[in-house]
Amino acid sequence: MPKTLLRLRVNGEDHDVAAATHKTLLEVLREEMGLTGTKHGCELGECGTCTVLVDGQPVLSCLALPIELEGREVTTVEGMAVGGRLHPLQQAFAELGAAQCGYCTPGILLTARALLAENPKPTRQEIRTALAGNLCRCTGYTKILDAVELAALRSTGGEP
Amino acid sequence: MKPAPFEYHDPRSIDEAVALLARHGADAKVLAGGQSLIPLLAFRLARPAVIVDINRIPGLDYVRNEHEGLAIGALARQRQLERWALDGSPFLCTALRHVGHAAIRTRGTIAGSIAHADPAAELPALLLCLDGSVMARSSSGQREIPARELFVSHLTTAVRADELITEVRLPGLPDGAGWGFLEVARRHGDFALVGVAAVVALRNGRIAQARVALFGCGAAPVRATPAEQALAGQAPTRGTFAAAAREAAGTLTPDADLHASAEYRRSVAHTLMVRALAAASERARGPG
Ligand SMILES: Cc1cc2nc3c(=O)[nH]c(=O)nc-3n(C[C@H](O)[C@H](O)[C@H](O)COP(=O)(O)OP(=O)(O)OC[C@H]3O[C@@H](n4cnc5c(N)ncnc54)[C@H](O)[C@@H]3O)c2cc1C
Ligand code: FES
Ligand code: FES
Repeated sequence: MPKTLLRLRVNGEDHDVAAATHKTLLEVLREEMGLTGTKHGCELGECGTCTVLVDGQPVLSCLALPIELEGREVTTVEGMAVGGRLHPLQQAFAELGAAQCGYCTPGILLTARALLAENPKPTRQEIRTALAGNLCRCTGYTKILDAVELAALRSTGGEP
Repeated sequence: MKPAPFEYHDPRSIDEAVALLARHGADAKVLAGGQSLIPLLAFRLARPAVIVDINRIPGLDYVRNEHEGLAIGALARQRQLERWALDGSPFLCTALRHVGHAAIRTRGTIAGSIAHADPAAELPALLLCLDGSVMARSSSGQREIPARELFVSHLTTAVRADELITEVRLPGLPDGAGWGFLEVARRHGDFALVGVAAVVALRNGRIAQARVALFGCGAAPVRATPAEQALAGQAPTRGTFAAAAREAAGTLTPDADLHASAEYRRSVAHTLMVRALAAASERARGPG
């Protein structure tokens, strides 16, 4: 299968990648670029673990072709910590034990990040709705919701 | 599972796209948001030799007021219309929020959902309820297909393999009309087991016009014509709605599957019709 040369902007850097056009963004991120933080679940759009941000909006990488995303800004979980400092969401997830096996965590972190960028003080119901497409088989969700609330509180100055 | 290889084209104009469709016919598939097509490719339920990706055609991502309603370009995303509808179009907004989850709506298009024609999908039923239409283009010309002629069967529309939907036309509510939109699904974001979109217009305290579209109730979305006819000229009471809904529910032929029996779907359709009609007439009566 012939490969196409793509220029993708991922986590603020341009990357030239050679990949067959029928490979999804999920496959290209993981297999061609070594960015294995984005997890591979159902590949059908059902589980949300492969969620990345495209121009700040959550997108399922298993249902996107990279060639369509040339010139757009892709953010993966590897792009969340800055200079060795965890993103406030990552910090809150670690403190509250909102990740158990961690398989769902990258997709949930990015979905929550997009939510907080648009709605810095979401209600618990708004957090639930935003995360409804992200399945977690371990935590029972309560700690995930708590962690997003904590990160939102800290980011808007209401530190506990 | 992963998609099988395909020949990929990304035309830069509608003319180029329809020329590709004319050349490849049924071997080709249009790719818009990919939120239905890529799962089909991954499952290998669809295995087109050629993909015609319309994402790079400029100027197709519009939503504008036109033709006494909305003109929606083939690349307008569901999330984009949802944001647009936040201000003053609660009927649209409510319907859109039932479509999958935010990440799916970020990529999924309105035209793609209508072209895909899942019998349990919200947007085809909305189009049918509002008497909308689509504009279909091929290399030999353009035609407008009304919603009533569009939805043929499960994942099947009157759009030919060599045609591209360029625009979806969604009329507004009739003057003085209210709306109701309800569905029952196993989980938030799932396709509906059964859903109802209803519009009621009142005149002098009576029903001037009622429209009811059902989804998840058979091979394609349907208008509940018996209910609509029974309601015209009646007083908008629960009793009237229940009688009309009973008549319409009796004519439905829903599928039975793993998720629900046909009988259950018919019964839910009845209940949702009554509630959606009551909500629509309440809104028609109310201040706004
Ligand atoms: C997990 C999950 C849950 C979902 N839940 C729901 C739900 O609850 N309700 C719902 O309604 N939808 C749901 N969807 C589907 C979603 O709404 C899709 O976005 C939509 O059905 C298809 O739009 P698309 O732009 O992604 O089209 P694509 O996937 O790109 O295309 C779908 C089909 O339409 C054809 N097509 C697309 N555009 C055109 C065009 N302009 N002209 C001619 N043919 C065209 C394609 O060839 C293909 O056959 C869900 C999807 C997933 C993955
Ligand atoms: S792997 Fe993409 S949604 Fe499950
Ligand atoms: S922590 Fe294991 S799936 Fe969520």
